[in-house]
Amino acid sequence: MKRINGMLFVSIIPFFILIALFLFIPLFSMIYASFQGDGGTGFTFNQYAEIFQNFYYHQAFKNSIMISLLSSLIAMVMAIFAAYSITLFSKNIQDRILIFANLTSNFAGIPLAFAFIVLLGNSGLFTLLFRAWGWETLSSFNLYSWSGLILIYVYFQLPLAVMLLYPVYQGVQAGWKEAASLLGASSLQFWVRIGAPVMLPSVAGTFSILFANAMGAYASAYALTGSTYNLVTIRVGALTTGDIFARPELGSALAVLLGLTLIIAMFINEWLTRKVRRDLL
Amino acid sequence: MKRPLYHYFMIGAVVLYLFVPILATLIYSFATQWHKTILPEGLTLGWYRDLFGDVRFLEALGRSLLLSFSATALGLVVMVPTIFSIVLYAPKLEKFIQMLIVMTYAMPGVIIAVGLIRAYSGSRIPMILVTVGAYFVGILPYMYQGTRNSLRNIHAESLMEAAEMLGASRFTAFSKVIIPNILSGIIVSSLLSFSILFGEFVLVNLLAGGHFETIQTYLYQKLNTSGHIASAIVVCYFLLICVLSTIIVRVTRSKKGGGGR
Repeated sequence: MKRINGMLFVSIIPFFILIALFLFIPLFSMIYASFQGDGGTGFTFNQYAEIFQNFYYHQAFKNSIMISLLSSLIAMVMAIFAAYSITLFSKNIQDRILIFANLTSNFAGIPLAFAFIVLLGNSGLFTLLFRAWGWETLSSFNLYSWSGLILIYVYFQLPLAVMLLYPVYQGVQAGWKEAASLLGASSLQFWVRIGAPVMLPSVAGTFSILFANAMGAYASAYALTGSTYNLVTIRVGALTTGDIFARPELGSALAVLLGLTLIIAMFINEWLTRKVRRDLL
Repeated sequence: MKRPLYHYFMIGAVVLYLFVPILATLIYSFATQWHKTILPEGLTLGWYRDLFGDVRFLEALGRSLLLSFSATALGLVVMVPTIFSIVLYAPKLEKFIQMLIVMTYAMPGVIIAVGLIRAYSGSRIPMILVTVGAYFVGILPYMYQGTRNSLRNIHAESLMEAAEMLGASRFTAFSKVIIPNILSGIIVSSLLSFSILFGEFVLVNLLAGGHFETIQTYLYQKLNTSGHIASAIVVCYFLLICVLSTIIVRVTRSKKGGGGR
């Protein structure tokens, strides 16, 4: 078929114009800006040098990475067990739980942060309850601390983890389990020798999605305390739009480094998945 | 099948963790006073009356709906034909689309906002149109996935061949044969995109800021002024998501039923 395909061109051209305008141009102008001095002058590595020398930004990266790893890990462990438990129930109940997970996965950002303030804020429901019962350690729990933020991060990671892991168990077929048990394997042996290796690539993939999801999160932390948490996304936002402390070039450099972190996480996942698959064969 | 107790416990724990914050917000939105007591001192519909009597809220709601709707509609009109043409006539470009999707994952809201501010603030393009553009890019993964799967399910290639053999032009075949067949799939992707955009805060706050108040930025303002009204907003927002999700589930189910599965 050699005639020019009109349909192809008519539909593709607006698509690529929009993608160029709102994905490529901002990406390039951000990278370009990250190599400029304050006020958008000259070509310099100063912004990157400042980030690498400034303890404050090291801390921001360390905090972001730690909270992302920790919240992904907690959500992952809960989801690994919960998703398996779900598969043991009737189809109807499975569907309902998944719909519920899907629903709550939309409950993130500002509304989520607010719901936790109602629960655990300074005069939150649980805070009052624990105080009334005299549970001092629990009532002094501070939502505006790192553990408070982790609680919120786990909330938005958990439904995602359950939804991503649930189909993975469908791949571990009931027939294999029967075959293994006929050959004398215990349930634990089955999961260690067969279940876990089959699931590992998907588990690693899910983990990297959760990690990226948490690294890019901004709204929840912002809603809780404005710009106080020292997270990379919060710093980027403050440097770019802050009225007094705006340093957009530095913000751009920080955003480029954050993007690189996410790309590296994705490559590690890709590499791990491929390696595990190869080892299995 | 026998089920040990800990399976109930595991599911119960997850459901409880996810449900309790929503429940607390719901109760809080009906409570008159709730500062010192364990249970609210009284129940009222007053916060909802205040909320729906507030013109600012209604305007913000309208803006949110308009913004999410325009971006989704733009995505629908531009992306569906593009993905269709690429899948059928330029399969090599599909790798490129997948690369774009990976890029959107590597560039969450904050990063893309920095780039967009850099590129367009102070230009002639109003920032609110820039936000629509950013939303367009943001929903690409969902639109691609939905359209691609639907096209695969209906064997679009053979359908097009059959239609063209019967004398339909390519465009007629697309609009009269392909679109009706993938309709439920693209409706699901559009509703999903819409509900994600409706909850979006980062981009609209950083790009348009105070100039274009949406439901999310309005909620952020209310967090510090009135907790009860804020919780009423959260409840309304959650209800809307419930409605959208119910429609998505219904459409997906009926599609599966009709598809001969």
